[in-house]
Amino acid sequence: MPAIEVQGLERVFKGGLRAVAGIDLEVAAGEVYGFLGPNGAGKTTTVRMLVTLLRPTGGRALVAGYDVATEPHKVRKRIGVALQEAALDMLMTGRELMELQATLHGIPPRDVRDRAAALIERVGLSQAAERRVGTYSGGMRRRLDLAMALIHAPDVLFLDEPTTGLDPVSRITLWDEVRRLRDEGTTVFLTTQYLEEADQLADRVGIINAGKIVAEGTPAQLKAEVGRPHLDLTLTDDADLDRAREVLAQFGDGRPPAEGCHLSVAVAGGATEIAPVVRALDDAGFMVASLELVQPTLDDVFVEKTGRHLEGAEQAPPAAADPVAEPVA
Amino acid sequence: MLRAAVALARRSLRTTLRRPQFLAPLLVFPSLFLAINTGGLHRSTDLPGFPHVHGFLDFQLAAAMCQSLMLGGVGAGIATALEIEGGFFDRLVASPIPRVSIPLGRIMAGAVIAAVQVVYFLALGLIFGAHIAAGVPGVLMVLLIGIATGTGFAALGVMLALRARSASTVQGIFPLVFVVLFVSSAFFPRKLLSHPADWVAAYNPLSYVADGIRDPIISSITATTVLEGLAAALGIAAAGIGLSVVALRGRLREA
Repeated sequence: MPAIEVQGLERVFKGGLRAVAGIDLEVAAGEVYGFLGPNGAGKTTTVRMLVTLLRPTGGRALVAGYDVATEPHKVRKRIGVALQEAALDMLMTGRELMELQATLHGIPPRDVRDRAAALIERVGLSQAAERRVGTYSGGMRRRLDLAMALIHAPDVLFLDEPTTGLDPVSRITLWDEVRRLRDEGTTVFLTTQYLEEADQLADRVGIINAGKIVAEGTPAQLKAEVGRPHLDLTLTDDADLDRAREVLAQFGDGRPPAEGCHLSVAVAGGATEIAPVVRALDDAGFMVASLELVQPTLDDVFVEKTGRHLEGAEQAPPAAADPVAEPVA
Repeated sequence: MLRAAVALARRSLRTTLRRPQFLAPLLVFPSLFLAINTGGLHRSTDLPGFPHVHGFLDFQLAAAMCQSLMLGGVGAGIATALEIEGGFFDRLVASPIPRVSIPLGRIMAGAVIAAVQVVYFLALGLIFGAHIAAGVPGVLMVLLIGIATGTGFAALGVMLALRARSASTVQGIFPLVFVVLFVSSAFFPRKLLSHPADWVAAYNPLSYVADGIRDPIISSITATTVLEGLAAALGIAAAGIGLSVVALRGRLREA
């Protein structure tokens, strides 16, 4: 039985906005499924429907074998949820929050304290357990959020953009924890806007754009579909880019250039095409300032399917984005 | 459901204690009002028709309690709205608990805070020379009416937060507390209010709550007055809890 089974799932908001436009997907038990897409693509709306926070307006979704619309209570018992922007009570300590979560998940009172302590230790927060969450860094809050989602050993874990805004070290710590969960057999549904995250963690990836799944498969399968590497080129500033594109057309299909470069062209021959490309541009009077041969990435898959880059996909989360801990009134 | 509601009530109490900026107004504002009114208006007891009281402080204690209990309701509403804004409410909704235990936890905490408020003002009154005419049974009656009223106002605050979903909107009802208080018999006997305030006060349940709390303090327990007060308090509680559950269902249905 699949851990998640979705058929024609749809959500139309008041005013007619069709945030999720009839998606189908299936996640096997024990699989890490990466749900990749730009901001506003429908990732969070999909997750909110799967965790019973939002009612679908069409289609059907089964999570852990139960229908999210008709058996939401059974679904909630079997899932762990860490939503975007760790929603924690800043006035409570890590231990108090963990124990509250354990109680809400029906863990027997005699086991609450031990279970909470074990998970706090697992995510490396034992030293901070008696501190108020408002004093935690962004990475610590995420780890606590993850520990809370795991308190009842859920069959399926939903992580909604778990590393957005985290510094690289915190991000890698969280990735390690996701890998550990996979090794333990937990099904993980992970939404992300970071290509590298999906590539590193996911057994299979679904790419969503404008409420529809535009590609699905293992990262290797998806990249193999694109097949060809591409050359990213930067010319001198005064170059006539339209004319340069005409020159490059003989080598392969043009692509939307990545941020920071002028032109991009798919090259079936890979590295062997670099010299002919440079020679052709030189003969036409263009000066190449820099060039890079890029192997297919999930961004290329996204470009192939949608004609544009995944917004911010190639930007590492800035370390400075880790919020300064401050109590919330 | 009870285990979840109790756990959430304990959490609400804990966070209320850790948020002194929310807790202080419940006690400080009404205490200041009490001091100012008692000091500046104590000659009111000489007015013809004013009930016989040991001192104006005895009479005003009920007003301070009513004011404090209403502010407690606003506080419960703001705390709920902040949970909604911050996403913690969603975490609770995604938990496998009966969803009605979410507002019930906050309302139960409101009942405990109401007990603290009533005890605080009784103690304050006694320290400054008030008398509880009906003795221990009177104190218990005041406590009972106060807890029921505080529960009701907390529930109304939660209901408002579930409807408005914004702490600033809930905070916006703060002036309404004073309007409701001033058109009741909390500060002055109903028969000394001029028209139309006396007419409004007759239909304002807070008048009956204030009279029901006041009666055991200034005289013996008068069955009619105290029972009317208790009925009004229980009515507010029942209406508040009912409306908050309806608001929760509405909010979840809209999701």
